[in-house]
Amino acid sequence: MVDKLTPVLSANWGTDNSWKLATHQAAGGYQAVAKALKMTPAAVTDVVKDSGLRGRGGAGFPTGMKWSFVPKDNPNPKYLVVNADESEPGTCKDMPLLLASPHTLVEGMIIASYAINCHTAFVYIRGEVLHVHRRMQQAVAEAYAAGYLGKNILGSGYDLDIVVHAGAGAYICGEETALLDSLEGRRGQPRLRPPFPAVAGLYASPTVINNVESIASVPSILNNGAEWFGSMGTEKSKGYTLYSLSGHVARPGQFEAPLGITLRELLDLAGGVREGHELKFWTPGGSSTPILTAEHLDVPLDYEGMAGAGTMLGTKALQIFDETTSVVRTTLRWTEFYKHESCGKCTPCREGNWWMVQMLRKFEAGQAAVGDVDKLLDVASNIGGKSFCALADGAVACVTSAIRHFRSEFEDGYSTPAWELFPYGRSALFEVPETQGAHA
Amino acid sequence: MSGHEFQSFFPESGTVDMTDTTTNIDDTTFAELRQLASRYPEARSALLPMLHLVQSVDGRISPAGIEACAEVLGITAAQVSGVATFYTMYRRRPGGKHHIGVCTTALCAVMGGDALLEQVSEKLGIQPDETTPDGKFSLERLECNAACDFAPVMMVNWEFMDNMTPDKAQKLIDDLAADAEVKSTRGATITSWREAERVLAGFPDGRADEGPSAGEASLLGKSIADEKGWAAPKGGKS
Amino acid sequence: MSVVTKPEQGAVVVETVTLTIDGIEVTVPKGTLAIRAAETVGIAIPRFCDHPLLDPQGACRQCMVEIPDMGNGRGFPKPQASCTIEVAPGMQIKTQRTSEVAEKAQRGMLELLLINHPLDCPICDKGGECPLQNQAMSNGGGTSRYDGVKRTFPKPVSLSAQILLDRERCVLCARCTRFSEQIAGDPFIALVERGALQQIGRYADQPYDSYFSGNVVQICPVGALTSAAYRFTSRPFDLVSTSVTCEHCASGCQLRADHRHGVVRRRLAGEAPQVNEEWNCDKGRFAFVSGRGDDRLSTPLVREDGELRPASWPEAIDAAVAGLTAAGNSSGVLTGGRLTMEDAYGYAKFARAILGTNNIDFRARPIGVGEAAFLAQEVAGRTLAQAVTYTDLENAGQVVLVGFEPEEESPIIFLRLRKAVRKKGLSVTALAAFLSNGNAKLKAKLVATVPGAEADAVADLKLAAGDVILVGERAALAPGALSAVVEAAAKAGARFAWVPRRAGERGAIEAGCLPTLLPGARPVADVAARVDVASHWGSETLPPLEGLDAPSMFAAVTAGELEALVIAGVELSDFADANAAREAVAAAEFVVSLETRFSEVTELADVVFPVALIEERAGTFLNWEHRVGRVNTVVKQVNAPMTDLRVLAALADAMGTPLGVRTSGQARAELAELGTWDQPIKAEAASRTRGRAAKKSKSADGELVKLATWRMLLDGGRGQDGEVALAATAKPSVARISPTLASTLGVGDGEVITITSDAGWYSLAVSITEGMTEGTVWVPMNSPGTPIGELGVVHGDDVALSLGGAE
Ligand SMILES: Cc1cc2nc3c(=O)[nH]c(=O)nc-3n(C[C@H](O)[C@H](O)[C@H](O)COP(=O)(O)O)c2cc1C
Ligand code: SF4
Ligand code: FES
Repeated sequence: MVDKLTPVLSANWGTDNSWKLATHQAAGGYQAVAKALKMTPAAVTDVVKDSGLRGRGGAGFPTGMKWSFVPKDNPNPKYLVVNADESEPGTCKDMPLLLASPHTLVEGMIIASYAINCHTAFVYIRGEVLHVHRRMQQAVAEAYAAGYLGKNILGSGYDLDIVVHAGAGAYICGEETALLDSLEGRRGQPRLRPPFPAVAGLYASPTVINNVESIASVPSILNNGAEWFGSMGTEKSKGYTLYSLSGHVARPGQFEAPLGITLRELLDLAGGVREGHELKFWTPGGSSTPILTAEHLDVPLDYEGMAGAGTMLGTKALQIFDETTSVVRTTLRWTEFYKHESCGKCTPCREGNWWMVQMLRKFEAGQAAVGDVDKLLDVASNIGGKSFCALADGAVACVTSAIRHFRSEFEDGYSTPAWELFPYGRSALFEVPETQGAHA
Repeated sequence: MSGHEFQSFFPESGTVDMTDTTTNIDDTTFAELRQLASRYPEARSALLPMLHLVQSVDGRISPAGIEACAEVLGITAAQVSGVATFYTMYRRRPGGKHHIGVCTTALCAVMGGDALLEQVSEKLGIQPDETTPDGKFSLERLECNAACDFAPVMMVNWEFMDNMTPDKAQKLIDDLAADAEVKSTRGATITSWREAERVLAGFPDGRADEGPSAGEASLLGKSIADEKGWAAPKGGKS
Repeated sequence: MSVVTKPEQGAVVVETVTLTIDGIEVTVPKGTLAIRAAETVGIAIPRFCDHPLLDPQGACRQCMVEIPDMGNGRGFPKPQASCTIEVAPGMQIKTQRTSEVAEKAQRGMLELLLINHPLDCPICDKGGECPLQNQAMSNGGGTSRYDGVKRTFPKPVSLSAQILLDRERCVLCARCTRFSEQIAGDPFIALVERGALQQIGRYADQPYDSYFSGNVVQICPVGALTSAAYRFTSRPFDLVSTSVTCEHCASGCQLRADHRHGVVRRRLAGEAPQVNEEWNCDKGRFAFVSGRGDDRLSTPLVREDGELRPASWPEAIDAAVAGLTAAGNSSGVLTGGRLTMEDAYGYAKFARAILGTNNIDFRARPIGVGEAAFLAQEVAGRTLAQAVTYTDLENAGQVVLVGFEPEEESPIIFLRLRKAVRKKGLSVTALAAFLSNGNAKLKAKLVATVPGAEADAVADLKLAAGDVILVGERAALAPGALSAVVEAAAKAGARFAWVPRRAGERGAIEAGCLPTLLPGARPVADVAARVDVASHWGSETLPPLEGLDAPSMFAAVTAGELEALVIAGVELSDFADANAAREAVAAAEFVVSLETRFSEVTELADVVFPVALIEERAGTFLNWEHRVGRVNTVVKQVNAPMTDLRVLAALADAMGTPLGVRTSGQARAELAELGTWDQPIKAEAASRTRGRAAKKSKSADGELVKLATWRMLLDGGRGQDGEVALAATAKPSVARISPTLASTLGVGDGEVITITSDAGWYSLAVSITEGMTEGTVWVPMNSPGTPIGELGVVHGDDVALSLGGAE
């Protein structure tokens, strides 16, 4: 029987100087690199394939399989790009990992690069997290100094450079093809697929793009084996992962557990919904994954469980909202986020979010017209599934799922402002003075 | 109401401020821009870091900065401008010494972010996207900053200020205004926005070792596991 | 004449794919996009961002279709953008005609596109020919459910002096930015801002000065982009369209000229897949108003007591006939290179059969030693089937440019080369003094060549079979360059093509406007050829001696050896020695000028005949490929202005020997009937023509250097007169020198130097140019303010450079 919580990535986050090379080495760091470099690249890929590791960036695509798509006969250089753009609302796992344990990522990057025959790898970190950049820049410098990066790593004859790259404020750059354009010094707008990045990605060369957590999981898999990884989690959702609890919980935070744990179990560990309140709705994996309610407390938090509940595991960003929260208000805020972050390339996302924000403002203000709920749903249906990339699908998901579960609250928007039904001050963690916080 | 107006008329969009042509860009800056360009297999990849460097030198994306990037990379100024106006971290007008961000995406907003933004805005006497006349502060309404387990969240010069309250916000601004020492909850001692931009450009400031490994929330699962004696299975064969 | 036949084109097997669209079976080449496959069976899927000549974008999402089967039994779960989906065997596509899903997606998309679009169709230039308007009618909903506020921006912004942008009309299809980046290589406009605020923008200090900027107005699917030239001038449904061939350069663009009430209001790129595809250059698009100034000739003029005075047609014809008859065969004819082939033929025949002379030359420009021989042996008589074509350029392995700057001198060749460079990895090699911006956009390899030394550089080229050398008219000024090209090509099994700058030059050769060639590439020196032409014309004999070329005619006139000149469409400043030309025309016993506008020539002429503008006449141009392009009469009038042919025919009649042709149709028919001479040309046939050896400047004041020069696309040419916005987008004149020469002279970038020849000087700002040949200065040839041609020097001559402006 596997324990409820299984800290692997987060095991040493509490150690003093956990971000330093020496600390990391003392805990067995870089052994996986030494091990991998003695294997063939194909064998390394096979271990990751066999482990059942699926991408932790949201889509859950099998990581080893992604690596194996890199064509061997393509003469161009191969690239690994780590997606550290972490900007999906609610998602907050990669940044603590990079702050506390940047060497785990560097180690994973060396192994992944070796497996795909890449000699230049990039970490694309969102710009708005200064200290994360410092820690990552330093970790890479330390790794060069120790001979884990650069020429002839550990005498293996294998060379690798890692470039730490700063984004500049754009959620869409988490989408992998937009990230590539951004990393090429362009506007971060998604590219047409095909060609897929594995065939023509960065500089039109074969490129693997993986989430921070996906790559950081690789060293432990190399060290302990595919079977070990598979001993955690479920049949199709293998291994451990980071769940991030935030919002109206007694103790928000990161919980590293086998896939398949339920929100009820996690909430128990986190001390439940904040004192005196009860769960109203929650997101399983960031705001782009359709919201769930108390009904879904016992659904396993894995890829299949969430799909069965009509949503997605996403980034496992569990945002908890209690009964004081207006679902109209949160939906509007999320829609404002998508309007702000829409890259502008395609019509439905650019124009649709602009329109939906205006509609939702009317709902919030109690000024929507009778029938506007259906109009909103119809407009959403003209956006979802019609856009260039998945951003707009996420934008629509939060609207349609909110209406699905809380239609009457939207209909209240025909007559009553949300702040009257749900005085906003009550949702805050602190006393909000009468004069502050709109409609406290 | 969401605490801000719905903007539909965009009188000054499309470009950086061309009326302010001042610049500090000199030969050293050009050398550093070239150095950034040389870090990548293809030089244009350095454009985002280069624009961060422009901000650290000029306190904004200046016309001279755009032209310098275009010159170093051999692309048109329109192409640089297209990039500079796409990303929110690039400022059109001079940022303050300290750049304050308050997250108001759904979760932070609900948990108190809206009230915090209003409070800070009132205290500084400026609206989001403005800079105080003394150049000390600029303010921004942030979208989710990947710190939701520390909500409500504020950022100073892109350093985390976790678990904010009105009192903490009050003191934070007062201390910054008084040039007192301020430490990020999960970062270094606060310096200035422009120094932060230099680090983002890729020139480390030697402060990586400041601050804790992790915040309390980040360690929560691990400490519960320790308490209960839970752990991942012991490594098997490999 | 040596005929180079084309390399065998192996039969290309096109792999096809069969699928169904709305239940109709369609077979198309593999790789075809669904939207294009649907077109082949007449199904129009609405679209905005899609453009067949631009890379797919998939941005507007208007073209959604349902694909219930990808060909493998499985369907796409969501509707797909048909402009980005390649067809697959067995695929089933359902468009808006048969699928509710597709229909709703399209209706929904139009609603979204319109929420922020202004309802200003009644005052919008595009109203009446607007894809958004049309598709809103055909595929949109009847009403909008939008009750929010529309996005607005301040007044239109100028992307350049010519192109204006109304941002709220823009649907962000990125056609304009893709065109600029992918096709023209001028990314001076870009998408800026993001999300709902995204818009097209330029950098404030760098206007969208692209030679091809007008195309973006044409491909904009809404009225967001307009031209200063046409904005608010008419409604599309009031215009009458005529297909014409551009008169400006030898590219041979097919254009559409739209007129209303007898006035051409605009010109657009026509559709000519083999030539200009769907593009043209701004000169071709905007420069068509030069005949509308107050310098337009309206009546014949006759000189009396030293003064020109208006005269009636009979009076003027009498005067001309008197003068020409007196001169007899002591006459010469200059035709300028801008005439249609039919008009040129009229002059060729008039010179031989009426005046009795072979003194005729179309080359109102510097000409080189051996050029006429080269033209006679390697160009004249060549047919399209034998010649290098645009398609050949696209498929070549390497294209070498000798004395030729494609972007400046034949912009559609430039576009085609750029397309091949982008899509087919064509490598371009340029023999020039420096790598021009245009050639840099072709990723050309520069073979730095001092002006005049082209022959050696050509001899050193590495060529392979399948390569093409494009040789410009300027190459003739470099001793031996033309024959070096012929030799090098023959040795490597490569091919070459001669690219003149003016639209009429290629046709003029065929029409017989060289002193050595009769119509149809018949050498004057060949008695059989003369007899052949004479019998066709019903002339007793034709003059047996080869005639004089233009400079020789001037010399002869000045020496009193030649009496009369007939001059058509010539600017004296265009000759290598403009002053010698002026002197000669002034000194001539008798000058007849056929012109549309007052000019230096009309000022000196004894009789002036006003002739029709290009939009008032029909005919053909032969482009550099030797392809025929029709010029159709755009503006038809009851009292149509006289064409050159009609004037010549009237003169001939009055001189007692009918010309035999008076319309372009007759001229074309007669020329066709004459056909092309198929006998070999004897090597010595052209040897008598005089050329011009490089000038050694005597003025030792300053640093003696070689002059490199060519004409910019937009320059001081009179054909561009009157189009102010166009002129404002021209490149500023600079003098280019190498960094070493700059330091020798002690001159910095942007500082002024003075270029001096025996004939005078000009001062220009310096642009220090990396990689430029030493001992060379480049200046534009005929740009406003610095008409370098006036210095009496040409490409390859010596000039003196000195610091600072001269006084
Ligand atoms: C709008 C949008 C934003 C995304 N943001 C992120 C992100 O911040 N970080 C991330 O790892 N993946 C993000 N993704 C998913 C990536 O496109 C990609 O699937 C992922 O990086 C692949 O890595 P993985 O296979 O390791 O999960 C985003 C996707 C979309 C559509
Ligand atoms: S859905 Fe369209 S506009 Fe939105 S982010 Fe994706 S490509 Fe850009
Ligand atoms: S035409 Fe297909 S997406 Fe625009």
